[in-house]
Amino acid sequence: MASRPEAALTAWLQGRAAQWQRLSRILAEVSSRRQAELPQLKELVSGYRALARDVSLARAAAPDAKLVARLEALLTQAREVIHRRPGNARDALAGLFRDGAARAAFELRGRIAAVTALFLASAAAGWWLVHSYPELAALFASEQMINRVQRGELWTDGLINIVPSALLSLGIMTNNIVVSLFAFTLGALYGLGTLYIVGMNGLMLGGVFALTAQHGLAGRLAEFVVAHGMVEISVILLAAAAGVELGEALARPGNRSRAAAFRDAVRRAGQLLPVCVVFLVGAGLIEGYVSPDPHFTMAQRVTIGVVYWLFLLLVLSGRLRRRPHGRSDLPL
Amino acid sequence: MEDKLVVQAADAVEVELPVAGIGSRSYAFLIDWHLRFLLALAWLALVAVLVGLLSPAEDFFSPLLKAGKVALYAALLPAAAIYFLYHPLLEIVMQGRTPGKRMAGIRIVTERALTPDAGALIIRNVFRLVDSLPAFYVLGLVVAMFTARQVRIGDLAAGTLLVYDTGKRSLDFDGVIGFSSSRLSPADRELLDDLLERWRGLDAPLRRGLAEKFLARIGEPVAQGGTESELRKRLRKLRDESRGKPA
Repeated sequence: MASRPEAALTAWLQGRAAQWQRLSRILAEVSSRRQAELPQLKELVSGYRALARDVSLARAAAPDAKLVARLEALLTQAREVIHRRPGNARDALAGLFRDGAARAAFELRGRIAAVTALFLASAAAGWWLVHSYPELAALFASEQMINRVQRGELWTDGLINIVPSALLSLGIMTNNIVVSLFAFTLGALYGLGTLYIVGMNGLMLGGVFALTAQHGLAGRLAEFVVAHGMVEISVILLAAAAGVELGEALARPGNRSRAAAFRDAVRRAGQLLPVCVVFLVGAGLIEGYVSPDPHFTMAQRVTIGVVYWLFLLLVLSGRLRRRPHGRSDLPL
Repeated sequence: MEDKLVVQAADAVEVELPVAGIGSRSYAFLIDWHLRFLLALAWLALVAVLVGLLSPAEDFFSPLLKAGKVALYAALLPAAAIYFLYHPLLEIVMQGRTPGKRMAGIRIVTERALTPDAGALIIRNVFRLVDSLPAFYVLGLVVAMFTARQVRIGDLAAGTLLVYDTGKRSLDFDGVIGFSSSRLSPADRELLDDLLERWRGLDAPLRRGLAEKFLARIGEPVAQGGTESELRKRLRKLRDESRGKPA
C-alpha cells in the first residue's frame, strides 16, 4: 500500500496531469503552425507559468522521479515556443541590404581603409618583384600561363569558346565566394589569416600585371578585368575588413571576455557577408558573360564596371534605407 | 568544463540542459559525413548510369568522363551542393538538428537554450572553413577540447553549443502518474515502467529475477514455474491497472 505522503503526491499529480496533457497538445498545435490564435497563446503562457511551479514542487517531492524529467522536457519545449523570435528570412535579408550592411561598413571604415592600403602595397610589391626579377613570375602564375603570355597571348583568350559562360560564371563565383569567406573567417586566427589572404591576392595581382606588362599585354588584361574586377576586389576587401574586425576583437577584447567580443564582432561585421555574396554572384556573371566576350568594347566594359561598383557604394552608403512616412521633424 | 547549460524559465525556475561533449559531437559528425558523402556519390552514380545508358561502355564512369565538360559539371555541381549544403540546410529545416545529431541524441541551441535562427546557423557553418584546418577538423577539435562548453570556433562565432536533446523526450504522463485506486506507489510504478522498458535488453535470468523481486516488493505472490512470457504479461497488467486502463 502507498504511504501517506506518496498518496498525497499521487493525488496532486492526478490533479495536475490533465493540465500538462493539455499544455502538451497546445504546444504541438502551436509548433506545427506559423500563426496561432490569441486565446490559445494566452493559455500557453499561463500554462507555462503554472508548469514552472509544478516542476519546482515535483523536484522537491520526488527529485529522481521520471515525472520530473518529463515535466522539465515539457517546460523546455514551452519556453522554446514562447521565447521563439519572430523570424522572416526575407525581411531580415532585405534589412541587411537597406541598413545592416551600410551600418557595418560605416563602423568598419577604418579597417576597410587599412586592408585597401595593404592590398595596394602588396600589389605594388608584386609588380616591383616581377618587374625587377622576371623569373619570380613563376611564383604567381603557372608555367602554362607564362608560356602563353610569352607567345603574346592572354590565358583568357578564347576562354568563352572553351568553357560555356554559365559554367565559367558558376566556377568563378564559387571561387570568389570561398575566397571572401576565407578572408572573413580566417580573422579568427587573430586576424593573421585575413592579412595573409589580402597580402597574397595583392602580390598576385601586381605580379601578374607586371608579367603581362613585360610583354605588352597589360592593357588587354585590364580590359578583361575592368568590368568585374572593381566590385570583385572591393567585395573581397570588405570581407577582409570584417575578418580584421574579428582579429581585433580577439586581440583587444576590452572589458569583455574574448569569446563575447568575438561573437559580437561576428554579429556586427558578419552583416556585410550576405551583401558580399550577392555582389560576387553578379561579378561572376559579368566575368562569365562579359569579360571574355570580345564583342564588348572597352567603353562598355568600363561603364558596366563603374555602374556596378557605384551600385555597391549605394548599398553601402545606406541610401536604400526606407524613410518613415508622415513623420514630422519638429520637436513636439 | 561545464557539463550543464543552466537557464531560467518562468518564476525563476531553472532548467538544466546537459552539454554534449566531443564524443557525441564527433559521433554525429561521422554519421552526417557518411550520409552526405553517400548521397553525393549516389547522385554521381545516377548520372553515370543515365549517361551510360545513352552511350554504353565497359567502365562505369568513363561515359560520364567522355561526355564533355557540361555533363561533368552537371554531375559534379549538384553532388558538391549536396555535400556542402547538407549541414546548413538541414540544421535550419530541422531546427538545430541533422540526421547524425538526431541519432547521437544532440541538438544545437543558443546560449539561452533556444533554437538558433538561420543567421546563427549559417555563421556556424561558414566557420567550418577554419574549424576544418589544417585537415580533418583538427583545429575545431582542439578548440572544443579547451573551451568550457566544448564548442568549436563556429559555435563561438554564432553563440551556439550542442546539448543532449531532451526536448523530444516522451511527454506521455500516463506512465508516470498513477490511478488513484492503484495499489502501486509512484516509485513502484517507475520501477515497473523501467523494468518493462528494459525487458528485451536484459538477460533472461536477470529479468526474471528482477520481476520476481518486484512482485515480492509490492506483496504479490510470486508464482513458481510460470513461463517468462506469463511473468511479463502479469507485469504489463499491473502497469495498465496502475494507469487506470482496462486490463
